[in-house]
Amino acid sequence: MKYKELFLSLLVITAMFSSKAQNIETGQLHGNFQTDIQNYYKDSSIGANKVPNEIVLMNSYANFTYTKGNFKAGLRFESCLNPLEGFSKSNDGIGFPHKFITYQNDDLEITVGSFYEQFGSGLILRSYEEKTLDIDNSLQGFNLKFTPVTGIIIKGVYAKQRLYFSDVNGNSTLITGPGIIRGVDGELTINDLIKALEDKSTQVIIGGCFVSKFQEDLNPTYNLPENVGAWAGRVNINRGNINLSGEYAYKINDPSSDNSYIYKDGQALLLNFSYSKKGFGAYLSAKRVDNMSFRSNRDATLNNLNINVLPAITKNHAYTLNAMYPYATQIAGEAGIQAELMYKFKKNTLLGGNYGTNISLNFSRVNNIDKQRVNDTIEIDQSGTLGYKSDFFKLGKEIYYQDMNLEITKKLSDKLSVIISYMNLIYNYDVIRGMTGHGKVYANIGIADITYHISTKHTIRTEWQALFTKQDKGDWAMALAEYSISPHWFFDVYDLFNYGNTENKVHYFTVATVYVKGSNRFQLSYGKQREGIMCVGGVCRQVPASNGFAISITSSF
Amino acid sequence: MKRLFGLLVIISLGLASIAQLTGIPSVEVKNLGNKTVNTSAITNNGKPVILDFWATWCKPCIKELTAISENYETWQKETGVKVVAVSVDDSRTMSKVVSFVNGKGWEFEFYLDPNSDFKRAMNVVNVPHTFLIDGKGKVVWQHTTYADGDEAELYELVKKLAKGEEIK
Repeated sequence: MKYKELFLSLLVITAMFSSKAQNIETGQLHGNFQTDIQNYYKDSSIGANKVPNEIVLMNSYANFTYTKGNFKAGLRFESCLNPLEGFSKSNDGIGFPHKFITYQNDDLEITVGSFYEQFGSGLILRSYEEKTLDIDNSLQGFNLKFTPVTGIIIKGVYAKQRLYFSDVNGNSTLITGPGIIRGVDGELTINDLIKALEDKSTQVIIGGCFVSKFQEDLNPTYNLPENVGAWAGRVNINRGNINLSGEYAYKINDPSSDNSYIYKDGQALLLNFSYSKKGFGAYLSAKRVDNMSFRSNRDATLNNLNINVLPAITKNHAYTLNAMYPYATQIAGEAGIQAELMYKFKKNTLLGGNYGTNISLNFSRVNNIDKQRVNDTIEIDQSGTLGYKSDFFKLGKEIYYQDMNLEITKKLSDKLSVIISYMNLIYNYDVIRGMTGHGKVYANIGIADITYHISTKHTIRTEWQALFTKQDKGDWAMALAEYSISPHWFFDVYDLFNYGNTENKVHYFTVATVYVKGSNRFQLSYGKQREGIMCVGGVCRQVPASNGFAISITSSF
Repeated sequence: MKRLFGLLVIISLGLASIAQLTGIPSVEVKNLGNKTVNTSAITNNGKPVILDFWATWCKPCIKELTAISENYETWQKETGVKVVAVSVDDSRTMSKVVSFVNGKGWEFEFYLDPNSDFKRAMNVVNVPHTFLIDGKGKVVWQHTTYADGDEAELYELVKKLAKGEEIK
């Protein structure tokens, strides 16, 4: 391919220049490497009934970046031989699908090749990678960033999106979506632009963006818009201890498989407020989403070819049982709020004790949006019609998700510290998992995370977790022990036990050893993995049940 | 396959011309007020910098920053070191970071990297990942994961840097 030849020659020229260097700055090469290798045993007790024919599967990639003066060139080598269970089997190419060259000076940055970009909060454009979720919707084309004067930043993209890196008849090919994406974003920092306002305590930043996608209409039934445009405007205001931000996005009609081919427009609103000072933080956020699916292929499904990302409004839970029923943004329509209070009781006060106490209280709630019929003859979400009407300020009556979480962190002595967490949860299983018949799950979850310092370098940490519910699979308990020897070793053992399941009381048991040296990490583990979903930032992936050994290596150089 | 080989030869040429690890790449991040700033602005007047990548949902990251925070005043007095904490929280949790760090009582220099541009440019794979930057702006050490007690080793290296010694 001509593109490859051009890229190779540019790389050669860059390398040649570097070897001539005497008064030219010497180039640097850096990168990282990650590999995950897993084997699979048959285990009907956890639902792992079918093991892959290969027995062992592997995901690997390595990034290389060469920087010299104003130029940067990067390559990513990928090989999944074959992709791990739960990851798309279409990413079985071997080679260098992700390559770019960037030129950068004080005012300008131009990137050609593969790149990632986000406008504002990503409501109309967010291209990113999240390896654990098997997401990589990188853009292929060109990216421009320009600062004409201090205080104005303009960004532009013209690209197609990555879909898969596949082995097609023996040739590894980067497959892109059919849609072409064109976008522009401008951000103004008012206090930098207007000299008189430079030192004012109120800082204001405003921004706006426009993204248009083009996809040919090959649909025999409907007359579909080939160019779909979306706009977003945002504002950020800070004054002392107060931060206020808001972003509103609008998308014209975009019938797709996500919304049953209706011609309704789409809207999203995100509002954030926080008041904080040392030792105290208060945060409030509100969000409304209505028909905002935006893909570079209107027939794409799952996590493929999303041009935008609508962040989940609920709290991101780290502990296993708190994260057992995670929320996923319902892009068809949802409205929600989140509130969080954090306080640090100082040491030598009544509640602070000898070392201080941290307390955090969080509440989030998401409902559906109110949908009404367009007229008497059209059903809600009927294909080929306007779909429905939705009053912006009306909340739907169906609850999707609610959680209330209290977390207390306290150091009890020089050697002992503890984190206690309590969470109450309402989870609309049917809506969030896209199923029927499961109803809502009501659960209470308690966790104690205890760390004991045996000596300066030896620490033992234990976690005790319990989830109580009368729905779904019943009660769960989890116990974890981690022994760490600073700075090189970790030894983990944990068991997740579904003791409340009347049909199948399963132990999901795992043992792991980790060795770390500098920026290199090696992990060897054996265990039973529960079937479920894994979520990062409101986007989720199905994780299948598995039983086996796993090796994970990461390195940065 | 020939092309692959050719590419690898070129990369080796590049490898041959590497100098030691040097300065941080020039990337755009945001401060807590959401204002876009360039990472080349991260300096400490010739004194060492601890660059720490973390996230509000990462428990070991919070442990590491809490452990450093407990000793920060002493560390600053003795060596003048500055901790620059870059959060990779994306738009789901990004606007929470300011109330979170204040609620914890941390007093570091904070930046936001919502689309992981800086994280990618520094070749960080997972958080927590900590870098040590000397007075001349060169990256001299890096470490991934956090085990209780790691901050003691980190501080030994900071003290060496502050005295002008080299780290192998």
